Amino acid sequence: MESLRWVQHQCRRLLFPESGLSWYSPADSPPQKNRTTSGDSPAYKPAGKRRMVIARQGPYQDEYCSISKGYQGNRIRTTKYNLLSFIPMNLFEQFHRIANLYFLFLVLLNWVPVVEAFQKEITMIPLVVVLGIIAFKDALEDFRRYRFDKVINNNTTKVYCGKQRRYVDKCWKDVCVGDFVQLACNEIIPADMVLLQSSDPDGVCHIETANLDGETNLKQRQVVRGLAKQGSDVIPENFDSRIECECPNNDLNRFRGLLENPNKLRVGLCNDNLLLRSCTVRNTETVIGIVVYAGHDTKAMKNNSGPRYKRSKLERRLNTDVLWSVVLLLVMCLTAAIGHGLWLSGLKNPAFIIPDGTSPVLAGFYLFWTMIIVLQVLIPISLYVSIEIVKLGQIYFIQNDVDFHSGRLASGVQCRALNITEDLGQIQYVFSDKTGTLTENKMVFCRCSIAGVEYPHEDNAQRLELYRDQDCDDDDDDDCHPTVKVKSRSSLRSLSCRSLNCNHSSVSLHTLTGCEIEPGLQTEPLDGAAPRQVAFSSHMEKDVIPDPQLLHKLAQLSSPTLPLLDSMGDASQEIPYIIDFFLAMALCNTVVVSSPGLLRRTTNLTLEVPRNPIRALEDIKLLFPRFGVPRFASLSSPGGTVLQATESPSNFTQRLLFRMKGSASSFALPKMDIGEGEESQVRDPSPAQEELGALVSEAAEAEPWLEVESGGDSGLDQDEVEELMYEAESPDEAALVHAARAYRCTLRARTSEKLIVDLPGLGHLTVPLLHMLPFDSLRKRMSVVVRHPLTGQVVVYTKGADSAVMDLITTLKDDRQAAGGLRHIRERTQLHLDDYARQGLRTLCIATKVLEEEDYAMWLKRHSYAETSIENREELLQESTCELETNLTLLGATGIVDQLQEEVPETIEALQAAGMRVWVLTGDKQETAINIACSCKLLRESDKLLTANCANKEACEVLLADLLKTVEDGRGTVSGFTLVIDGWTLELVLRGGQEDSFLKLAGCCRAVICCRSTPLQKSQVVQLVRDKLGVVTLAVGDGANDVSMIQMADVGIGISGQEGMQAVMSSDFAISRFKHLRKLLLVHGHWCYTRLANMILYFFYKNVAYVNLLFWYQFFCGFSGSTMTNYWVLIFFNLLFTSAPPLLYGILDKDVSADILLQLPVLYQAGQDSLTYLPSTFWYTILDALYQSLACFFVPYFAYADSDISVFSFGTPINTSALFIILLHQVIESRTLTWMHSTVLLGSALLYFVFTLVFSSTCVTCNSPSNPLGIDVRHMSDPLFYCVCVLTAVLALLPRILYRSISNSICPTDLMKAAQLDRLNPEERKRSIQLWRANQLAALESQSGGGGPLLINPEDEAIKQSGSTTDSVVS
Amino acid sequence: MMASSYSAKEEDGHHSGAPGPGGVNAKSRKPDNTAFKQQRLPAWQPILTAGTVLPAFFIIGLLFIPIGIGLYVTSNNIKEYEIDYTGVDMSSPCFNCSQNYSWNSTKPCTCSVAFSLDQPFESNVFMYYGLSNYYQNHRRYVKSRDDSQLNGNLNSLKDPSKECEPYRTNDGLPIAPCGAIANSLFNDTLELYYNDPNGTKIPIRLVKTGIAWWTDKHVKFRNPVGDGSNLSAVFQGTTKPVNWQKYVYQLDTDPDNNGFINEDLIVWMRTAALPTFRKLYRIIEKQGDATPTLPRGNYTLLITYNYPVRSFEGRKRMILSTISWMGGKNPFLGIAYITVGSVCFFLGVVLLIIHHKYGSRSNNADIAS
Repeated sequence: MESLRWVQHQCRRLLFPESGLSWYSPADSPPQKNRTTSGDSPAYKPAGKRRMVIARQGPYQDEYCSISKGYQGNRIRTTKYNLLSFIPMNLFEQFHRIANLYFLFLVLLNWVPVVEAFQKEITMIPLVVVLGIIAFKDALEDFRRYRFDKVINNNTTKVYCGKQRRYVDKCWKDVCVGDFVQLACNEIIPADMVLLQSSDPDGVCHIETANLDGETNLKQRQVVRGLAKQGSDVIPENFDSRIECECPNNDLNRFRGLLENPNKLRVGLCNDNLLLRSCTVRNTETVIGIVVYAGHDTKAMKNNSGPRYKRSKLERRLNTDVLWSVVLLLVMCLTAAIGHGLWLSGLKNPAFIIPDGTSPVLAGFYLFWTMIIVLQVLIPISLYVSIEIVKLGQIYFIQNDVDFHSGRLASGVQCRALNITEDLGQIQYVFSDKTGTLTENKMVFCRCSIAGVEYPHEDNAQRLELYRDQDCDDDDDDDCHPTVKVKSRSSLRSLSCRSLNCNHSSVSLHTLTGCEIEPGLQTEPLDGAAPRQVAFSSHMEKDVIPDPQLLHKLAQLSSPTLPLLDSMGDASQEIPYIIDFFLAMALCNTVVVSSPGLLRRTTNLTLEVPRNPIRALEDIKLLFPRFGVPRFASLSSPGGTVLQATESPSNFTQRLLFRMKGSASSFALPKMDIGEGEESQVRDPSPAQEELGALVSEAAEAEPWLEVESGGDSGLDQDEVEELMYEAESPDEAALVHAARAYRCTLRARTSEKLIVDLPGLGHLTVPLLHMLPFDSLRKRMSVVVRHPLTGQVVVYTKGADSAVMDLITTLKDDRQAAGGLRHIRERTQLHLDDYARQGLRTLCIATKVLEEEDYAMWLKRHSYAETSIENREELLQESTCELETNLTLLGATGIVDQLQEEVPETIEALQAAGMRVWVLTGDKQETAINIACSCKLLRESDKLLTANCANKEACEVLLADLLKTVEDGRGTVSGFTLVIDGWTLELVLRGGQEDSFLKLAGCCRAVICCRSTPLQKSQVVQLVRDKLGVVTLAVGDGANDVSMIQMADVGIGISGQEGMQAVMSSDFAISRFKHLRKLLLVHGHWCYTRLANMILYFFYKNVAYVNLLFWYQFFCGFSGSTMTNYWVLIFFNLLFTSAPPLLYGILDKDVSADILLQLPVLYQAGQDSLTYLPSTFWYTILDALYQSLACFFVPYFAYADSDISVFSFGTPINTSALFIILLHQVIESRTLTWMHSTVLLGSALLYFVFTLVFSSTCVTCNSPSNPLGIDVRHMSDPLFYCVCVLTAVLALLPRILYRSISNSICPTDLMKAAQLDRLNPEERKRSIQLWRANQLAALESQSGGGGPLLINPEDEAIKQSGSTTDSVVS
Repeated sequence: MMASSYSAKEEDGHHSGAPGPGGVNAKSRKPDNTAFKQQRLPAWQPILTAGTVLPAFFIIGLLFIPIGIGLYVTSNNIKEYEIDYTGVDMSSPCFNCSQNYSWNSTKPCTCSVAFSLDQPFESNVFMYYGLSNYYQNHRRYVKSRDDSQLNGNLNSLKDPSKECEPYRTNDGLPIAPCGAIANSLFNDTLELYYNDPNGTKIPIRLVKTGIAWWTDKHVKFRNPVGDGSNLSAVFQGTTKPVNWQKYVYQLDTDPDNNGFINEDLIVWMRTAALPTFRKLYRIIEKQGDATPTLPRGNYTLLITYNYPVRSFEGRKRMILSTISWMGGKNPFLGIAYITVGSVCFFLGVVLLIIHHKYGSRSNNADIAS
């Protein structure tokens, strides 16, 4: 494929140098890359793998030319051909297919006089037709691409013009590397650019990458550091920096480079500085960037990988049988060749031999080739074209299934792979992701645990129940409110998208091949785009009902009086935890805040909100007494530094927070340490109160980071607060932010440098954001480094999977008391976490850490070094990140509920009933996974659960053997086994060479759940099962972490859900809900498989039956390669008369109705076992074909033996009866005959008669030597002809009819029985189906021994010994 | 191997879904809920079971047996008489003639075969010559002709098609008619005499026109039209086929049966399908209602033996046959119809038994068992 592309490219260059040149910016320079530039500018010798970019209009004009001449311009050309090159190149490409080469070979062979079988021109017809059809298709496609390209290339954008000294409109195609481009809000980025300037004061800019990856959330991009600080506008003429970056590549998420000032100052460039082509600028007035990659070098275009080509199981089967056909052909030709040689050697100078002096051996050799031409049809060349057409038809019907469009979120099904529809009917293993696939991926905050105290949020749980009911009741009303909200945005979006559609198609059609998806999503104002938005901000997620207890505790912060203070001695020490917890929830994320009122503008940060300063003061004042100010003087901070109250205001507040940490010990062990004295201290009305208040307010003025903004003005109405919209990369982030907001801890705005947070009672706080350490799947956590709004310390907030965070919790403390308290919190939290997991909640831990300024400075140094290094930056960054995330203090944990999608249990049940093994591969905790498995009926109560967790290889071996034994012992006593294996154990299994025992064990289990598995493991498991067991696998997933699995499986299904389009992009089929899998597999899969398999068999039959007629004739013409048929009829027989019916058969045949297929999933097993097309079926088909051809040849032979019939007259009854037989054979094999079938069948027959009659009455000398003049007319007025045809047809079809009817009567297949159900009336049918199911169940039970349901918990000693808790193992 | 590398989809896939009829638009809107798109077209579902097909078997049986009987009777009513005059045996009258393998023997060899008809032949009698082991359907032989020349095309007359090689030209002159088929024209002459009981040999009138297809005689084969009506003038500049004794314009004296439209030539040019074949030679027309065309009695067949077949173990026959609507005598079809009809009937009975044994089950609710 790659090499082919390269060849194409080279050819294009060779053939059309002028078009090649136009791709490169300076039109007169040779299209060569870096190499030529190295000599010109010794100062900036570009390393082999680097790219140097300098401003086009900048100070180094000369250098620009030499450096940039090898770079591609921004004109894109995705067409394969142009007008002149189309024919040669298309032919060149088509002859890459061996089938076409075979055709060509035959044509050429026919030009060799000694082997010539037909007229030269006639042999070319099939080839020309096939090539023509495909060339037409290619041309049409290419023309579409051409049109798209043209539109895109002619889009305009503002590019800096050196002469006019301003930004002028230019077409996209004229943009060059080094150009300065100015973009306004909602404009599309024409090329990959480094962001140099943004109208945003913080130098950020938001882009929407929906065109690229389908993710609709905004991504933040940052002006190159150092440049933003210049403050002034970037003036292209003065832009003297050089940008050095990597060569164009296709990694969307990576960009490495550096910007070097003339004074050798280097600034690192990363992905955050790059604006990607075909993304859209959002929320930012104007941005200016310098183009670094243009045209085909851009990341978007580099991602231009064509669709994948998978070979279906059926096709592999087909290919072997085609090989058998080749063998058959060779045998037949050899027979004829030998026969001819023998026949010739037995003759002496007969009158009918043209003397040419060739020996019999040579003549036999020639004849071999002649026969290959004559019998060429045996290799079903047309089959390949037909299969393609049939698959297109099948896809058409799949995509038009209205059932896939039910529900409000459903956007139908997209078939992205054209050639594996039939694999859908043969799936044996289903690998499913959990989150977003089985579940909604609508994260709703459910409950939390702070500092070891659990807040059950009962009201919230009730509310969720309510939603679930509502959701079931009415899908449509549910979103009416959010839709209204979203309207403005979507209309805006659709507006902008329409203008970009072209661009978009440029990316997707040839790049991401997502053109089918995107327009649907984009141009649909309310159905496509809206649901996605709704999904991010539905009621369910937003309206978290706070827990009264927690609310109450929090309320103390803001309550002006402290009535409960006395009774809340312990709780008061929790408050710092609670504040930190909510702060972390609000801050530690990548959520983008926007409000629809401002058209996706981030809420203005500079908005000065007048607020009552007194109240703020009051708030702070109120804080202090509660924190036990008097006590803090004597308190030593955990770090050991004693803080002086009078040191500075900042220190004061710092201490306040330190105090919180210290006090953790006391309230965590309430009964032990906290004595009366403390309480009295707390209660003690401090005389310092007033003073403190003053200090704090002073501090607010003095310290910029302690910006206690006032927000009490009534102008800041609640409405505006309500209008805030959160857009998160992952839905659980949004859920947490929404939850924090429910506690009035509202994230109000975010920039790259600061965040604005509302705290209850404190109003707007500006939190300087020092660093963001984003989430990655390796660390399974993310962190933010901020300056604490209250203490001013550098604080790290970390949020992540409990396994990832719990191990980082600090354990070593000098203060034993404190350590005890922390341990206590940790234990309690762990308990809560386990509990959450049992309930199927997704758990996240939140932890914090206070950094000393010196430590922070040191870390910062290393980190910025890591950031600026070009080589192995990832590793360095990872290292420095991990260094920071240690010794954390646990704040608490959250439980987020992810609701099951509708009809998931039913679907899984149906898939299992259809004989598919369903495996769930998830990254979640074991308990969560098991819980979800239970709720989706993957795991039944009567199943025995086998758990495989082990720490090392040896244990793993023992465990597997043990489990296997358990399975063997337990067989018959339980309804089934379910294996639960964690990622670590899986790793041991995969690495330790125990795949076989694992597979054996898994083979005994009805379901397998792999939890805590990484994306790589997912694909490894799929690969293992696919390759070792040789089964047809299907992987279904929705997120980026499922991509490798989806690509690995035979059939990859993407669910277009909440997590962007990556899974969809890499999938073969994309559906919108998991439940659609049921119909897709059980109905469409079954149909596609049976249809295609039947059609292929029919094709083989047809070709063998027809070609053998010619072969039998060889026995009566001295094996001389004669045909008794007019050549035209011979060619048209396959091409015209019998080509349409099999296509219709392959597209429309329906053995069992959809209804019954859905109700009786067991019918799917016919496809799994390839019952329709077994190797033996092929041979039966061939045998039948041989019989039929014998009948079809010898009935006319005997009927016309020793008569005056001429060669071509003899062919007519044979041809005609062959046509009848072949068409009637299809009628027998068809399970449905609609008016379309009858039209096509009758049409084919009619076409044959009309053609032959017209041909035989007009062709006098047109077709020498087989001019059919008069032949068919004569025959058709001869009753004998009809007698022969009728007898032949009946005799030929008799065995098949007999076989079919007897086998259907005596031992009907399930499918046949099901087909008969279709004929019953509805009630009878219902009863029969119930009966069938009951029988099936009974059969199953008797098979498994009829033991009662038994649930054995995996608490066996053996398992317990070898297995240990996952968390410790993972560490 | 070939098929596995048929990588059509690699390129075709490039435009994946795009060309699909589903196309771009179908994605964005809900498909129509029509019977066609939802694959719910009303359909006839033929399920072949013993119960459903057995009527067909009975019907076929009941139809085929009478047809077969009819065909058989018709075929039996056809009178046919056949003599092999190849002269393989020493005793055979044509043995001496048959020893001559050459085409170009100047002296014609004649022999006569006596035979007697046991039954009179009513109605018109068709006289055929039959050849066996004669592969007129050989691929290169079939091609070795120029239809355009035979159709009277003057250009082809002077410059015959290359297909005629090596019988295209002779001594620099184009051969008319060219090609191997014409070259090997059957050139025995058969004459039939009725041996009157009183000893005289009465020659039987053999009609030599009307033996070719009308379309061949009037459309496909035409003499070239030249200056004047004299055929020899038209064929000026051409030569006769190598094996021929005469030029093509000397085949007959009747101008309507001479040249390319000579019916013997036309019949010969319609190459036979099978190695054992017969070709219509003459027609013996019925002379009125009173007497049979060929009354029973003794006959003599006088053969001018020119055509060599012994070299390839060929046989030559003379066949006299009456004709019916189904052509010549051939009992095969009748027997076949009767056999197939009986088999169908028998199978119908078998199916009936099967249907009674198993068929009732399929209508019950325990269809699912």
